[in-house]
This record gives sequence, C-alpha cells and structure tokens, in this order.
Amino acid sequence: MQEIHASQVRPPFYRDERVLGIFSQLLVVLIVVGMGLFFYSNMITGLREKHNVAISFSFLGQAAGFDIGESLIEYSRERTYLRAFVVGLLNTFQVAFLGIIFATALGIVIGVMRLSTNFLVSRIAAFYIDIFRNIPLLVLLIFWAQAVFFKLPRVAEAIILPGPIFLSNRGVAIPWGIPTDSWNSYLIVLGIGVILGAAVAWFLREQGKRTGRMPLITLWFLVTVAAVGLVGWVILPQPMTLDQPFLEGFNTQGGKILSQQFMALLSGLIIYTAAFIAEVVRAGIQSVSKGQREAATSLGLNPAQTLRLIIFPQALRVIIPPLTSQYLNLTKNSSLAIAIGYPDLFAVAGNTILNQTGREIEMFTLIMGTYLSLSLLTSLLMNIYNRRIRLVER
Amino acid sequence: MKSMRKLNKAGMILSMVIGMIIAACMSPAAGPEVVESDEAAAPAMQEVQSTLSIVQERGKLVCIGNAQLPGFGFLDSEGNFSGFDVDYCRAIAAAIFGDANALEVRPATAKERFTILSSGEGDVIIRNTTWTMSRDTDLGMNFGPTTFYDGQGLMVRKESGVATLQDLQGASVCVVTGTTTELNLADQFAAAGVDYEAVVYEDFDQSFTAYDEGRCDAVTTDKSSLVSRQTTLTVPGDHVIINVTLSKEPLGPAVRHGDDQWFDIVNWVVYSTMLAEEHGITSQNVDSFMDSNDPNIRKLLGLEGDFCAKIGLSNSGCFVDVIKQLGNYAEIYDRNLGPDTVFDLPRGLNSLYTDGGILYAPPIR
Repeated sequence: MQEIHASQVRPPFYRDERVLGIFSQLLVVLIVVGMGLFFYSNMITGLREKHNVAISFSFLGQAAGFDIGESLIEYSRERTYLRAFVVGLLNTFQVAFLGIIFATALGIVIGVMRLSTNFLVSRIAAFYIDIFRNIPLLVLLIFWAQAVFFKLPRVAEAIILPGPIFLSNRGVAIPWGIPTDSWNSYLIVLGIGVILGAAVAWFLREQGKRTGRMPLITLWFLVTVAAVGLVGWVILPQPMTLDQPFLEGFNTQGGKILSQQFMALLSGLIIYTAAFIAEVVRAGIQSVSKGQREAATSLGLNPAQTLRLIIFPQALRVIIPPLTSQYLNLTKNSSLAIAIGYPDLFAVAGNTILNQTGREIEMFTLIMGTYLSLSLLTSLLMNIYNRRIRLVER
Repeated sequence: MKSMRKLNKAGMILSMVIGMIIAACMSPAAGPEVVESDEAAAPAMQEVQSTLSIVQERGKLVCIGNAQLPGFGFLDSEGNFSGFDVDYCRAIAAAIFGDANALEVRPATAKERFTILSSGEGDVIIRNTTWTMSRDTDLGMNFGPTTFYDGQGLMVRKESGVATLQDLQGASVCVVTGTTTELNLADQFAAAGVDYEAVVYEDFDQSFTAYDEGRCDAVTTDKSSLVSRQTTLTVPGDHVIINVTLSKEPLGPAVRHGDDQWFDIVNWVVYSTMLAEEHGITSQNVDSFMDSNDPNIRKLLGLEGDFCAKIGLSNSGCFVDVIKQLGNYAEIYDRNLGPDTVFDLPRGLNSLYTDGGILYAPPIR
C-alpha cells in the first residue's frame, strides 16, 4: 500500500531515486567505455608510430610452415595459422575434458576416504591432499615429465603389457578401435538401445511410484543399453576392428599413441586438481547436518544407501560451486603444458605462432578470448547443473 | 520491503560515489590538452635519446645473449658469461667505454629475445640469431654483419645408423620453438617426403634433455650448436651429427629499427675484428702496428682520419681497444671454438675471403 502512495506523488527528477540511479549507472558505463577507448586508441597510435604496424588478423590465413607433434584433426605445414590455432585449441580441450573427468572421480574417492572412520584410510587421504595440494603444479608437471616418463625404458625396450600396451618414454601406445563399414548401422542399433533403455527406466519409475519401492533405475537403463549393444555387435559383421600397436622403425605404429607429454600433463593435472576436489567433497559432505544421517539410519537405510540417497544429493549443492572453480582452474592450468612440450593452445598460439608472426596483440587477444570462452562455457554447463540439483523450496 | 529499498538506496549512493571517484581520477587524462602533451612527450623523449647516449648514461652495455650454449654464450657455475657471441658483446663495450667489462649480458630464450630488444630492455642481440627477411621486416630488426655462417643440422644416435633424411622416416625429432629451425625442419622433411613427429620445447636444455633421455631419435638446431651441446650429453661419443644441412643460418648481431648510429657502431665493431685479421693485427702485436705506414692500418687504428667520431664515439682508438682486449676475428674464434677447445670447429665458410671463406669486411675510409 505504501508503495502505491509513494509513486503517486513523484519528487522532482533530480531527487527521484530511479532517475538518479539510472543516471549514475550511465555515468559509470560511460567512464568505463571511455577508459577502454582511451587505452585502445593509445595502443593503436603507439603501434603505428613506434612500430609502423596496424592491428590485423589477416595473417591467420597465411601458411603456418611449422609442424605440430600431435593433432586431433588433419594438419600439416601447408595449413594456415588458424588451423594450427584450432589444433592447439582441440589439444587443450582434450586434456581439459579428460582431466576434469578423472580428477572428479579421483577427487570424490579421496574426499570420501578422508572422512572414513578407518584411521589408515583417512590418514592416507589426508596425506595425499597435504602433499599434492602444496606442491606447485609446474613442479609436479616437470616431475612427471622428466622424473617419471623420461625414465621409462626407450621405445625399443618398451614394457609390453597385455593388450598389447607399449609403455616407453615416448608415451603409451594402446590398442584402438577402427570403425568398419558397418559402424554406422551399429550406431543406429545403439540408438535403439538407448530408446529401449529409456522405456525400461520409465516403466520402472512408474512401477516404483506405485509400489513405493524404487529399483535401481540407472543400473537397469545401462543394462538394457549394454544388452542391445551386445546383440548388435554379434549380429552385425564386426562394426569395429581392433588396431593393435606394434614396434616398427623408430616408434610404435598403429593403435593410439598417448604421447609422453600428454600423459605427463594429464597425470599432473589430475593428481593436483583431485587434491582440491577431495577437500571440496569433504566440505560438502560435512555440511550435511548429522541429523540427516541419523534420520536415515533410523529409517533403516544402510551406510551406502545413506551416502547415495541422503548425504550426496544434499552435499552436491555445496560442492558444485567450488567444484566449478576447480574445473576452470584445471582448464587454465593446462596452459602450463608449454613447460613440458605438449602442443596445447598456449604453446601453439602463444609461443610458436606468436614467434613466427610477431603479432603479440592479436595473438594474445585471441588466446585470452578463447580461454575466456572455454571458462564461460564450463561455468555455464555447471550453472545449469547447479540449478537442477538446487534445493527446491516449497 | 522497506529494508530492500534502503539497500537499493545505499547501492545507488555507493555507485554514484564510485562513479565520481573514477571521474575525478580520469578528469586530468580526459582533458584533450593534457592527453596531447602526454602523448607527445613519450615518443619525443625516445627520439631524442639515442641508444648510444642511453648506454653511455647507464655506464654499461646490455647485451641480449645466450646462457645455455657453450662456445657461443654460456653462463658458467661461477656466474661468468663466455663464448663467441659474448666476446662480440664485449667488443662493443670495449669500443664504447674502452672497457670490455662494461657489460651486462641479459640471458634470453629464443622466443623472448626480440621482445626484450624491442621493449628497450637490451641494446643489442648477439645470441646465435639467424638473419631472415621476416625478422628484418616484421619484427623490426636490423641485422649487422654475419659473425658466423652456420647451417642447420641433425644429431642422431650412432647405433641408429641414420645417415640421410630418408632414414628418419617415422622418427621423433626434438626442436626448440620460436626458431627458424622449427620452420626449416618442417620444410625439409616435407620436401623429402618424410613423416616425423615434431617434439617442440621452449628451450635448449629441455630439448637436449629429451633427446638425451631417448624421447627423440634426433635433435635439430644449428650445426655449431649441435657440436657445442654434444659435449653436454651423458655420453657424447654415442652421438653423431649427420652430413645433412637443412638450411642457411647466417648468425649475427641484431639491433632495433630506427637508430642508424647505433647500427653503425655494431656493424663497424664487427668489421674491425675481421679487418684486423686481414692485416695480421692481433691483441699481442697491435702496439707494434702503431707506427705502421699502411694507410688502411692507420685508419683502423685511429691514427688517420677520425673514424670513431663518425660512429659517434669520442674514443679515437675505439677499434684499438677492441683488438687489444678481444683480439681479431681469428683470435675470438679460436678462443671459443677453435682447435684448442672441445668443439674444434673448422673455420670453413667463416674464413677470410683470402683464405677461401666468405668473410669480407668493407674498408674503413
């Protein structure tokens, strides 16, 4: 009621909160934009007068002229700088994606171990966290690269594990599937499996609602998909052949080679980030009040069920925001790859391309923009997830 | 509701206050007059102050060098720099100050050296740097006379039996980023139709460590550097530099575009060492030439004409100081790379034109 009354008698504009509010915000925006423009024009003038160059991205279309050791897409020296940039980006993406998955898995395990009532288990976890959280990542990376992977046997005397997996100081060569002609039909079979699995899951959920006993829906979904996948694999003429690595000439051929630099970077990132994630997980679990656990126990849930159904869903709300920060850190930390020779975005763009072209401002704008986009994308996905698991207040 | 509105109001006042503070801070810069004088002042100062006067004011030369390449530029365990390139840094210091030790060597990696020079953190690069057209133009460098004619080579393990590029099919090759080496490698292997894996490191130490540990089958850089780094490997005798030259690598000093006087100083200091060798003047016998009648020698030694003044140096015996303290080209070469050193690099192209090489210094007159 009070508000309606206030809006009827409007004060003069210079005392109107809303007008003043908008005005002050406009002023701040103007100042910020003005500062930006000032620095930008200063840079352009400086570049023109001192170095006689203008900002231009046209060099990205020129032939790069250098080779990159590992690439997810086809690349050679005749391709453009832009293509080389994308090669670096995909390499960063690959290591960040795998790093996030493995660091999360390891982090959750260590975090839960940390809270174990078993003295030995919880001390081991605490020891792990204290060690790896307190070693600078760069040191850890160089340790992995030089003290672990370099010290593996040379490729001619590689350790051969069953598979065969070749372990040498060039990296790890593993068998890898190569899709055959029937691969596309197999994908369709898998699609059918997913639909069937979803149907089973829906049926089980409905039944669970009726009877009040929820079965393990996810498990049955996966079982259905796997069953259909298996049937398809048997029926179709070999949708995929296994390419096994073998030793020929200087290197192993065939299969998939995870280079020493990639392995060192990935291991370093996982081990380092997992220590932080473990602490985040521990904090999340401890944030769930003791009463919840006691209530679950008095309802007859066993410890595993308590953790899965009661503690974890509530802990997630506390875990997700700091976890997002850890994911962003991991992605950005992957730029330390330059120290161990892995051709990630920063090594290719900020080092090689920049050196060969001398275009500092353009390259750094691109690199910063790319890392920003990667981070924003990660946090967008995490925010969507966060919204889904948020406590629904009624 | 009421507290919300209060909060709103507080926020508004805060943003206004911040706005005003920023505006106050900005206002001097925002005035057009002030901006102009600010902008005018900075470049003007740079134009007025030549590199030479900056160096003289500082009292020492800052030379961008290498700390990881024995024979050319190497930092020993006692903190002293030595090597062929470092001696040319010393030679410039000797010409300017009459004291070869009025020098600070600023060690730099391959990638950062040009940025350090452009930003004025150093006065000259003498760091096994290859003269190329794009460095000359895009990077705004002026390259002085080539002090060392080199070519890119490949070092492999003896046991691998590699003798030609073709033998390296499928091999891993270690290389340093930000170098012409990286590009030559790609060019030559593509031309030979050989597939290989480039393992790119940021500096020499990493690259050679990776090769030594067996991460790579071959390592590539300038031949002189290969010879020099071979001595640092675990078992130097297990390795061999194959008889393949991937590129021309003229190595020499580089300075910034836009200071011709400074460029002249660097050029003529280098030439003076070659001219001294041509005339048989060494650090030992230079005094005996002081009564020479040969006009060419008299000019080089500052006895005739005021050639040091032409490059802006008040010290009329600028080249005498260079020869006395560093010696002629042959002495500098032999001291760092010659038969008495572990490298024992043959002079080859780096002989005087009179001895079948291509060192040919223009006359001082």
